[in-house]
Amino acid sequence: MLSVTLAKRRGTFALDVAFQAPTPGIVALFGRSGCGKTSVVEILAGLLEPDAADVRLDDLVLIDRHAGYALPAERRRIGYVFQDARLFPHLSVRGNLRYGEKRAPATAQAIGFDEVTALLALEPLLSRRPYTLSGGERQRVALGRALLSQPRLLLLDEPLASLDAPRRAEVLPYLEALRDRLSIPMVYVSHQFEEVLRLANHVVLMEHGRVVAAGGIHEVSLRPELTAIVGPDSVGAVLEGVISEFDSARGLAHLKVGSGTLIISATAARIGARARVQLLARDLILATHPAQGLSVRNSIAGVVTGIRDDDNEAKLVTVEVGGASVLARVTRDAVEALGLHVSCPVWVLVKAVSMRSHEI
Amino acid sequence: MHEILGAAELDALRLSLEVASRSVVCSLPAAILVAWLLTRARFHGRVLFDAFVHLPLVLPPVAVGYLLLVLFGTRGPFGHWLYTHFGVELAFSTNGAALATAVMTFPLMVRAIRISLDNVDRGLEAAARTLGAGPLDRFASITLPLMLPGILAGAVMAFAAGLGEFGAVITFVANIPGQTRTLSLALYTAIQSPAGDALATRLAIISFALGFAGLLLAEWLARRVRRWLGR
Repeated sequence: MLSVTLAKRRGTFALDVAFQAPTPGIVALFGRSGCGKTSVVEILAGLLEPDAADVRLDDLVLIDRHAGYALPAERRRIGYVFQDARLFPHLSVRGNLRYGEKRAPATAQAIGFDEVTALLALEPLLSRRPYTLSGGERQRVALGRALLSQPRLLLLDEPLASLDAPRRAEVLPYLEALRDRLSIPMVYVSHQFEEVLRLANHVVLMEHGRVVAAGGIHEVSLRPELTAIVGPDSVGAVLEGVISEFDSARGLAHLKVGSGTLIISATAARIGARARVQLLARDLILATHPAQGLSVRNSIAGVVTGIRDDDNEAKLVTVEVGGASVLARVTRDAVEALGLHVSCPVWVLVKAVSMRSHEI
Repeated sequence: MHEILGAAELDALRLSLEVASRSVVCSLPAAILVAWLLTRARFHGRVLFDAFVHLPLVLPPVAVGYLLLVLFGTRGPFGHWLYTHFGVELAFSTNGAALATAVMTFPLMVRAIRISLDNVDRGLEAAARTLGAGPLDRFASITLPLMLPGILAGAVMAFAAGLGEFGAVITFVANIPGQTRTLSLALYTAIQSPAGDALATRLAIISFALGFAGLLLAEWLARRVRRWLGR
């Protein structure tokens, strides 16, 4: 368990944050730029002095508010991957990787040089100098360098933010590999929900220096606070399930979620793998009767559990289907015409092609 | 070679090189420390300290030489102490010339090092910190190598300028052939003597060539190091 309480005032900006997250796992600090996410990780790393803080990682006390005790940054063994990589320009890639490794306590060697270079495909880069690397390669080296310092906790401060879309797509799989193969708890700062969706298992939503919502990704994906941050077009329930069937000829996979099954289009899927999909609220259709003669592949019976205003023209309807909830964005007009109200039965229609699954 | 450069010129040249190198070698660590204090440390009287370090740039060199004579002369407080405890005599010696040169060129060196320290990305030091490097370790493994362009530039500049230091040297350690008569002192002596025109010309040419070579070397080194750092 990572347990964080901290406060810091900087001019008119007040940071006041408290959250807990399961370890190991990836907790995402998600929010708009300038909401204080980076300050939180700087305080965790010991690079920024908090006004008050209490930070515990499992049995280890990093900052104790009452004892006035804080472990100095260089002794915290918290890896930090900066947005701008910050590789040492006077050292080769190998020198950068060895820098943290040499300084890690001998008793803490959990991951070796060869393992890290293999995991991040760094072998061909080892003798190169940082200025000859592409942005994506730099971030991979920065990741490797942080990992080799044998961290107890890894902080990733928007490691993909300075990369263009192709480079981002190149680095993301490495982050997923780290999550799957290592048991290092990570804090992942991002303002891209796509990254959170693919990586995190716990989400802390921040706005104006405060935590506005926190919890598992499914739970947080339903929260109105998320809508405020990502905007109406990116809102949608995130569902987790297990791939139960895959038909490569038809390009379809079955994802078992709770007691129901979603049919999603997929070019590859592993049966038995855990996967996540986001059902964008704007892509869902609600019907008061079972639909017939439609191209839509998913028609799931559920019950309305909430209706809230989204913006002037639309409402967000929460529907419980087979133990999970989904969000549908429909016009006010549609809500009235269909007579939708809490506890009324509905059918949720989702096109298979409107969903992309991510293995987790 | 010896037809162009006589014994007097060679002596002066050798002495100038010796004085300049001793002064640079001894003052470089101090210059790095002072540059660090002035850039990074926060302490009372920092402004005064800054002014004090830069004083030799604005004082008449003769005044600096005189002050050194008062402090480090055989009967001066520091000079006396150095002589009785270590048997070191600075006044009227080559070492004294090196001290006078070091004091005069110190601000030049500190300036060049300070600029390069200002340019060191503090973010890299923070990164080193998260990787487990303590303060001294960080300084030695990150800050110092990244300051290298400025340290080299400062050292070469101070060396080139030190070759020709005149006022402070002649006041503090006088004009003794083979001991303290460096290039500029020899040049001055030659101009003073009735038949010294040819010698003066040769010495002036040597001084000019050395200074020019020093500046070129400084630039070349700076480029090399910048390329090494990928800038």
